[in-house]
Amino acid sequence: MPSFVIAEKCDGCKALDKTACQHICPNDLMVLDKEKMKAYNREPAMCWECYNCVKICPTQAIEVRGYADFVPLGATVTAMRSTEDIMWTVQFRNKEIKPKRFKFPIRRGVGEGQVKAFGHYPTGDGNLKSATLMCEPAGLNTEKGPVKFTAVPKL
Amino acid sequence: MANFETVTVETDLLICGGGMAACGAAVEASYWAKKNGLKVTLVDKAVMDRSGAVAMGLSAINQYVDLNSGANTLKDYCDYVRNDLMGITREDLVANIARHVDSTVHLFEKWGLPIWKDAEGKYIHEGRWQLMINGESYKVIVAEAAKNALAEAGGEYFERVFITHPLMDGDRCVGAIGFSTRQNKVYVFKAKATLVAMGGAVHVFKPRSTGEGFGRSWYPPFNSGASAFFTIYGGAEMTCQEVRFIPVRFKDAYGPVGAWFLLFKALATNAQGGNYMKENAAELEKWQPYGKVKPAPANIRNWLMMLDVMDGKAPIYMQTHDAIKAIAEKSPDEKAARKKLRELEAEAWEDFLDMTISQAILWAATNVEPEKRPSEIMACDPYFIGSHSGASGAWVSGPEDLQNEATRQEYFWGYPHMTTVSGMFAAGDASGASSHKFSSGSFTEGRIAGKAAIAYIADHRAAPNVDAAQVESLKAQILKPLDTFAQHSKTTTDPDVNPNYIRPTQFMYRLQKIMDEYAGGVSSQFKTSGKLLEKGMELLGYLKQDAACLAAEDLHELMRCWENVHRMFQADAHMRSILFREETRWPGYYFRSDKPSMDNANWLAFVNCTYDRKTEQWAMRKRPVKYLTA
Ligand SMILES: Cc1cc2nc3c(=O)[nH]c(=O)nc-3n(C[C@H](O)[C@H](O)[C@H](O)COP(=O)(O)OP(=O)(O)OC[C@H]3O[C@@H](n4cnc5c(N)ncnc54)[C@H](O)[C@@H]3O)c2cc1C
Ligand code: SF4
Ligand code: SF4
Repeated sequence: MPSFVIAEKCDGCKALDKTACQHICPNDLMVLDKEKMKAYNREPAMCWECYNCVKICPTQAIEVRGYADFVPLGATVTAMRSTEDIMWTVQFRNKEIKPKRFKFPIRRGVGEGQVKAFGHYPTGDGNLKSATLMCEPAGLNTEKGPVKFTAVPKL
Repeated sequence: MANFETVTVETDLLICGGGMAACGAAVEASYWAKKNGLKVTLVDKAVMDRSGAVAMGLSAINQYVDLNSGANTLKDYCDYVRNDLMGITREDLVANIARHVDSTVHLFEKWGLPIWKDAEGKYIHEGRWQLMINGESYKVIVAEAAKNALAEAGGEYFERVFITHPLMDGDRCVGAIGFSTRQNKVYVFKAKATLVAMGGAVHVFKPRSTGEGFGRSWYPPFNSGASAFFTIYGGAEMTCQEVRFIPVRFKDAYGPVGAWFLLFKALATNAQGGNYMKENAAELEKWQPYGKVKPAPANIRNWLMMLDVMDGKAPIYMQTHDAIKAIAEKSPDEKAARKKLRELEAEAWEDFLDMTISQAILWAATNVEPEKRPSEIMACDPYFIGSHSGASGAWVSGPEDLQNEATRQEYFWGYPHMTTVSGMFAAGDASGASSHKFSSGSFTEGRIAGKAAIAYIADHRAAPNVDAAQVESLKAQILKPLDTFAQHSKTTTDPDVNPNYIRPTQFMYRLQKIMDEYAGGVSSQFKTSGKLLEKGMELLGYLKQDAACLAAEDLHELMRCWENVHRMFQADAHMRSILFREETRWPGYYFRSDKPSMDNANWLAFVNCTYDRKTEQWAMRKRPVKYLTA
């Protein structure tokens, strides 16, 4: 079932004010069975296998089993996401192929929640009716370029 | 009627959607709203951190014009887009986005998005216009900027509220109505200006996989035509509704091919090892002057591949192993070659893990090691994504300062990126005829439209006039599927089979079957004709009537009902537009077998349409294509 919940591991996010998987799923698929206090994917055939529920589950109770109608059994892809990077493990169906492990950064230099939207560059003319956007024209330039913009370019 | 509380929210600017374009709009509009004492409100059907097409992440920023380096000009970008779309493009919009997009990318970097850089600190390009990123958290970062901007300017955002319809005051848009997918509440947003950024549409056509893998469409199953419906229903003139997009991707799981083609320079061949781009080159003559442009337009590359498929030369393979070998061989010694190989391997897998994890699962499940053997590629199914290599969306005003004498009259009517409906703006997939915006350009268009919408509000300060009777009537219409289910579901032993109603999943299957068989879906290898379209439209007519019989058991299913009504309008606009355009222009997106060639004399023009919600009639029209560059 694309994403599936391991019954033993899911605690229904008891400690949180809302279930993390239900909160995050962009297609509104994860729901909590309040009697069992276990989550499940209510429409597996609408799952994009985006892994957002997998990445957010505090008890690592969610995994993905490739779509049964075209994916042979036996392979797994698992993700462990921290605040700065993500670790992936890819296990092949053929166990003779060595599993692959990758670690990639996910954000650089700015801590979670710390993004400052404004103020990175001065804003040119402050004119609501002009073509100049916030942080322009200065923000169009880099240290590398030979061209320096003092106005928003035209064709 | 089901008992729902009505929550009214008053704001100056309402942003519908929480994806790339909406986040760009939220940042830019908040900046200008703060200076002008105005309020911005954003509403998303999901949570902004992981909503829309970038929910999973991306491995590349596909639009970076790099004007500063002097390597490219705005004209270069306009030429590229014009050729890719076979001449049908609004250069004023393309150029407007392109001249700002670099500043957007520089902001992304300031916000913490890891963009790949070489030893000299220069961005690593995937292709001429594309930058490689570690993009697992691309959307998280962009959403954080949007939420922090809203907070700093005193704005607010609503998540898990599904927008169904625009609110109208005569010909002016005065907000939107929708419902919470968590609580029994209808939301009425009253706004002086409304910016539509609810993405494109998938599942209008039948996908290739119809079992558990139904949801593994290339385009995310959670973008369902809300932008198209919202603008169509509001009376906005729509453009390029025939220009769907069919990407070629790794077969079945639809993993990206961009890095393979552009970064690794891999070759795609037919089963006999033949290069279809070379072997079918004679075909390019038919699609001149666009056929022979380099790079060949996306739809033409599709078409040359499809010719081989139709000739029985499938499977088509991406020769991944040859490409990797060729790169590794350039290393000075064996040790360096091994190191390079490991690097390439990680890059290849990250490309999937950042944005199409299913493809990594499929490769692992079929024991594919890309450095050892090739992998199958294939055309996906048709999607509506005006920000990518499709072009469907609302017809919006261009900026004043980029028009020339010929274009000003046709393409400029006031505020940049405002639709033909006063107070209704559109960006990203919601706005048409400005393809190749991708994630960065959609965010940028959101910024441009966001600023323009604030300028509009500064000129139109009167409170929006929202008619209470209109709200009540829409509320009853929105909740009707719940009433229908409550009223009839107990009369049969199986609530799925009931003569009084249709549940949204079956409704969607019916829509998809019509589109697949009559409008050139997968099963007909994307071929259709005038006669097929006419018959398809007759069947769609019955579906439109039956939409009044949709039934929903709960809030989630109510959302599914409205998603499919939205898709149905996208389908309607699409069929009409293909029928109206009496030629074939994008053979790799759709082929009209009764009009099999391109007719530049008559059809180098936009096909636009408008819908009148009072009479339920559509009007079609041609609009001239006028270029800004030679
Ligand atoms: C598989 C795939 C790969 C791609 N790869 C790349 C790439 O490598 N590089 C690149 O630059 N671009 C890429 N793109 C393109 C890029 O993702 C889009 O151009 C961009 O996301 C478009 O922005 P948008 O705001 O129009 O739509 P989206 O970002 O999709 O946002 C749509 C928003 O609308 C919301 N919404 C939808 N319906 C409703 C409703 N009824 N009510 C309220 N809210 C609603 C959604 O929840 C979402 O927040 C890719 C796209 C896809 C599909
Ligand atoms: S996030 Fe994990 S623990 Fe919480 S409800 Fe979902 S599956 Fe259970
Ligand atoms: S993988 Fe994505 S689409 Fe599927 S249930 Fe999890 S969050 Fe939802």
